[in-house]
Amino acid sequence: MSDPIVRVEGITKTFGETVTALDDVTLQFEAGIIYGLLGPNGAGKTTLIRVLTTLLRPDSGRAKVAGVDVLADPKRARTKIGLAGQFAAVDEYLTGRENVEMVGRLYGLSIADSKQRAAEVLERIRLDEAADRQVKTYSGGMQRRLDLAASLVGRPEVLFLDEPTTGIDPRSRIDVWELIADLVDGGTTVLLTTQYMDEADQLADRIAVIDEGRLISQGTSDDLKDKLGGSVIELSVAEDQQGETIDALRAICGAEPSVHELTREITFPAVNGAATLTEVVRVLDSASIALNDIALHKPSLDDVFLTLTGRRAEREEDEPKTNGRRGRRRGRTS
Amino acid sequence: MTTTTAPTKPGRVAATLPQTVKDILVITRRNILRNLRLPQLIILSTIQPIMFLLLFTYVFGGAIGVTLPPVAGGKYVNWLIPGLLVQSAVFGAGQTALGLTEDLSKGVIDRFRSLPMARSAVLAGRAFSDLIRNGFVISLMLVVGVLIGFRYQTSFAGLIAGLAVAMLFSFAFSWIMATIGLLVKNPEAAQTAVFLPVFPLVFASSVFVPVQTMPDWLRGFAENQPVTVTVDALRGLILGEGALLAGHTVGGRVALSLFWSALLLAVFVPLAVRVYRRTVS
Repeated sequence: MSDPIVRVEGITKTFGETVTALDDVTLQFEAGIIYGLLGPNGAGKTTLIRVLTTLLRPDSGRAKVAGVDVLADPKRARTKIGLAGQFAAVDEYLTGRENVEMVGRLYGLSIADSKQRAAEVLERIRLDEAADRQVKTYSGGMQRRLDLAASLVGRPEVLFLDEPTTGIDPRSRIDVWELIADLVDGGTTVLLTTQYMDEADQLADRIAVIDEGRLISQGTSDDLKDKLGGSVIELSVAEDQQGETIDALRAICGAEPSVHELTREITFPAVNGAATLTEVVRVLDSASIALNDIALHKPSLDDVFLTLTGRRAEREEDEPKTNGRRGRRRGRTS
Repeated sequence: MTTTTAPTKPGRVAATLPQTVKDILVITRRNILRNLRLPQLIILSTIQPIMFLLLFTYVFGGAIGVTLPPVAGGKYVNWLIPGLLVQSAVFGAGQTALGLTEDLSKGVIDRFRSLPMARSAVLAGRAFSDLIRNGFVISLMLVVGVLIGFRYQTSFAGLIAGLAVAMLFSFAFSWIMATIGLLVKNPEAAQTAVFLPVFPLVFASSVFVPVQTMPDWLRGFAENQPVTVTVDALRGLILGEGALLAGHTVGGRVALSLFWSALLLAVFVPLAVRVYRRTVS
C-alpha cells in the first residue's frame, strides 16, 4: 500500500476531568478514497476532525495529514486541508462568489487566481447561477454546497467534512453525495463523519465506527455488513415461546440472537436476506410458534451498534449519557 | 526525531508581514461589506450616540452649563462633544466582541482557524472594520453637534488631532472587547458582558460632568482612569488648556492618553490572539 495520507496514532483527548472525547484512536488510510467515520452524537467524531484540522490539540498521540505532522507544524498542515464544519460557515450578507473568493485569498491565492478558482469551484458545485446573490437568499442545501465550495478553493489534498448532510432536505442530500463522489473522482481524499449508515454505505470506501471516543471497528462497508450478515430480522413471539424460538433461530443463522430487555423483540442477522426470512417463517410455523410480528431490515446504524457494542446507538441530540438511558441496552441471552 | 537543524519551534511560525497585512485587509473588507449590507446596524448604532447628544444637551445642559469652565463658552454642547466622542469610541468598540461571537456561533471562526492565514488577522480585521465604522458614527455625531451649536475653540488641526486620539483609543478598546467576546463566546452573553467594563469607565469619568463634584474615593479613580484621560486630552485639543484641571497640560494629557492606548494594545493584542488560538465554536 502507498504511504497513508492520513495517519492517526493513539490520539487521546479529554475535556475536564471526566469526559473522554477520544480514547487512544489509531487509524490510517491512503489517498484517493472517502473515509467515513460513523458514530452517534457525542461519539468523538467532531473532536477528531478538530484535532486533524489543527483546531484542537489532543492530550497525547500523533497525527499526520498529507505528510505533515499536524501537531508539530499546524501552519503547514493548514495549507493541505479543507474543512467544512457541521454548520455552513458562510457569510449570509456576502454573495456566494465573495465568500469563496475570500477563502481563496486566505489560502494565499492572488486576487486573479482566487477569482478564477472561485468560478471553477462554483461551477463544479453547480452554484454558478446563484453565485452573485447574497447567501441569505440560498436554501439550506445551497448553503452547505457553498460551504463545500469554499473548502475546495485551496485545492486541499485532504478534505474534512463534518456531517455534511445533517439538517438538509433529502433532495439536497443526494446532491451533496454526488458532489462528494465527484470530488474523489477528481483526486481529492475525503474524511467525512456521519451518523447515518446509509450515507457511509453510499459514499465511503472505508468506514470506521466510533463510539464513546473509541474506534470499535474498521473496514469496508461490506466488512461491516458481513458482521451483520447484511440485513437483520426483527421478530416477536409470545413470552412462553421465547426460548424455543431462540433455539430455532440459532440453528438457522448460526449466530446468537439478541433480545430487547423491555420489548422482548428478537433481532438476528439475516445471512441470506429474504431467503433467511422465508426459512425462519417456515421453521417457526412448522414448530407451531405463532409470530406476533416479523420484519426484515437493512442494517441501520442502530444495528451496527447493536452488533458491535451490544447496545443501541444513542442518537438523541446532545443528550448527556445517563444511566437511565441504559434501560435500552439489549442484553444478550445465552 | 534525529533532525539536527531547526532550532525554531515548529508550529510557532509567524506569518510574514505582507501576508499578515493582506489577510487583515481581506477580513476588514469582508466585515465592511457586511456592515454596508446590513444598514439597520449602522443606522441603529448611529442613532444611539446622537440621541445621547441631544438628550444630554437639552436635558442636563442648562443645569450643568453653569458649573463649566469658561473655555466651554457657556455652552454645555461644547463641553459634551469631546466626552461623547470618546464615549462613542468605547461603546462602538463593544461591537468587536459582538461581531466575533456571531462568527463563533456560526462556525466561521473554525473555518478561519483551519486556513493557512495569519493568526491575528481575524481579530485585527474586526478591530479595523469596527474602527472605520466608529469613525463614521463619530463624524456624523460631530455634524449633528455643529448643527446644535458646537464650535471648536482652538483650531481645526486641534479638532482633527482630538479625533485621532479618540480613534486610537477606540482601536485599543476593541482588543479588550475581542478578548471578552472570545472568552464569553455566546452572542447574548456578550451583549451584557461588554457593558461590565464600559459603564463604570464611561460614567465615572469626565465624559458628562467635571470630576470635581464626585466624592473623593470615586474622584481618585475617575480622574486617572483612561477614559477621563482621553476625554481630557480631547477637551484640551478642542477647547484649550482652560478645560483641564489645574496643573494639567494639553501635551501631558495627550501623551498620557496615547500611553494608555499603547498599554492596552500591548496587553490585549497578544492576549486576544492567544485566546483566539484556542477557541473553537
